[in-house]
Amino acid sequence: MNMRVNWVALKTLYVKECARYLRIWVQTLVPPVITMSLYFVIFGNLIGSRVGEMGGFSYMEFIVPGLIMMAVITNSYANVASSFYSTKFQRNVEELLVAPVPNYIIVLGYMGGGVSRGVMVGIMVTIISMFFVDIQIHNIAVIISMVLLTSMLFSLGGLINAIFANSFDDISIIPTFVLTPLTYLGGVFYSMSLLPEFWQNVSKINPIIYMVNAFRYGFLGVSDISLFNAFGIVSLFVVILFSIALTLINKGVGLRS
Amino acid sequence: MKALEITGLKKVYKGGVEAVKGLDLSVEEGDFFALLGPNGAGKSTTIGVISSLVNKTQGKVEVFGYDIDTQLELAKSQLGLVPQEFNFNQFESVIQIVINQAGYYGIERNLAKERAEKYLRQLDLWDKRNEKSRHLSGGMKRRLMIARALVHHPKILILDEPTAGVDIELRRSMWTFLQDLNKEGVTIILTTHYLEEAEMLCRNIAIIDKGIIVENTSMKQLLKKIEKETFVLDLPANSEVSGLNGFEYRMIDDHTIEVDVAKKQSINSIFAQLSEQGIDVLSMRNKSNRLEELFVGLVNQNQQKPGAIS
Repeated sequence: MNMRVNWVALKTLYVKECARYLRIWVQTLVPPVITMSLYFVIFGNLIGSRVGEMGGFSYMEFIVPGLIMMAVITNSYANVASSFYSTKFQRNVEELLVAPVPNYIIVLGYMGGGVSRGVMVGIMVTIISMFFVDIQIHNIAVIISMVLLTSMLFSLGGLINAIFANSFDDISIIPTFVLTPLTYLGGVFYSMSLLPEFWQNVSKINPIIYMVNAFRYGFLGVSDISLFNAFGIVSLFVVILFSIALTLINKGVGLRS
Repeated sequence: MKALEITGLKKVYKGGVEAVKGLDLSVEEGDFFALLGPNGAGKSTTIGVISSLVNKTQGKVEVFGYDIDTQLELAKSQLGLVPQEFNFNQFESVIQIVINQAGYYGIERNLAKERAEKYLRQLDLWDKRNEKSRHLSGGMKRRLMIARALVHHPKILILDEPTAGVDIELRRSMWTFLQDLNKEGVTIILTTHYLEEAEMLCRNIAIIDKGIIVENTSMKQLLKKIEKETFVLDLPANSEVSGLNGFEYRMIDDHTIEVDVAKKQSINSIFAQLSEQGIDVLSMRNKSNRLEELFVGLVNQNQQKPGAIS
């Protein structure tokens, strides 16, 4: 199959995925905006004003990048997990499986949809945050590249979750029991420097800490972790999860009997 | 050229169920081919393997010469599939489903729109193009799956029980549509439980039972194997038939008689003998589709073979 055919297939799948979350915007775009607005009001404004400075910035300034990243992570993941599982559940994944669409295009198409929703929610949350704090941008390239890599990573995670899922419960277990704790312990609300050394080292096995810190660096110019390590680790995870997702689809896990 | 060539196909599902046991099948380009068999015979598994929805355990499948193991994407692009179960997105509109499917085959959006309009009009769904697919009736959903399967102009179309649950009028219009499609050169493989449908549409036929082909021949040759047919004759009320020389018959009630007619016997003789007894024949029909009798016979023979599971 030539590149043009694959490009049209990828475009079709991507547009279909974007149309899906835009069609149900009340379920997909509004809730994260409301949740994050509450975080800004409660943690940032009400409690944050009593916390004082964190890492040399007001608490509100400190948590805004982390909260944006949290919204990006949960929405990228949820988009692909829910969309791909529904496609399996309704069996319309067969539309893709009978067509001459290479499996890497299927992975890219779903990942593209997840990245798109993650970035869109990220932008909306950023706009909301402007009502609470003067956003400063230290390095726009770091912000854009880290948000893209993070949303790619969690879209792939959502895809792998959906491939294995046999029920709608299965696509909520990982977000509830893995993703949420990792995000809350991923340096969104506090600086790693507040932790004892032992727990600082333990925190370093949490990949979200690298994303949040690199993203915060893009806004504030401060990070608990080296940027090089952050980009290296996140990129490595993207490559690993992409390979896993592709291998699973090639083998037909959860898709072909 | 062979549109489809299957050699030694085996499929063993997890748990050890052997759905297909070394199946060989060949379908010529341009054919209208019936794949018949009782429930659980292995028809849908075979179709699943051809369309790469089921991983085969062993064997070789070629679609227009393209091996599904080595040239899967080329093989897929020759094929259109109308599955047994509705498998489109229930929340998408009719036209969107067809256009998206075209996109998966690399067809640009403008051309996809043209083709979607063509097939939706032909299948009488154009007025419903903006409806969500879940709001369609059962017959409309079947036609939507046909439109979706044709949008990339496949050379071979496989339909797995396309007229199941469809009313007679619609079934007949679908037959005409499929016959026209076949005249245009599209090879069609059809599975159905309506044997009248297979007899009317198909030139060649394979009967599959317990994962093997028990008969593979032309429809004409197969029908020649019919030894006898049973006719039902409607007579005036209170008719008393005193006998029919050379024929086995049964009185069903006082105005209906069933007569078995062997291949070389003439039904004129029945009319003559009844006429001599002063009985008029008001109407006559086959008791069941003649292919149905043959089909049941072949499947029963296979069931009685050593090793058959009852």
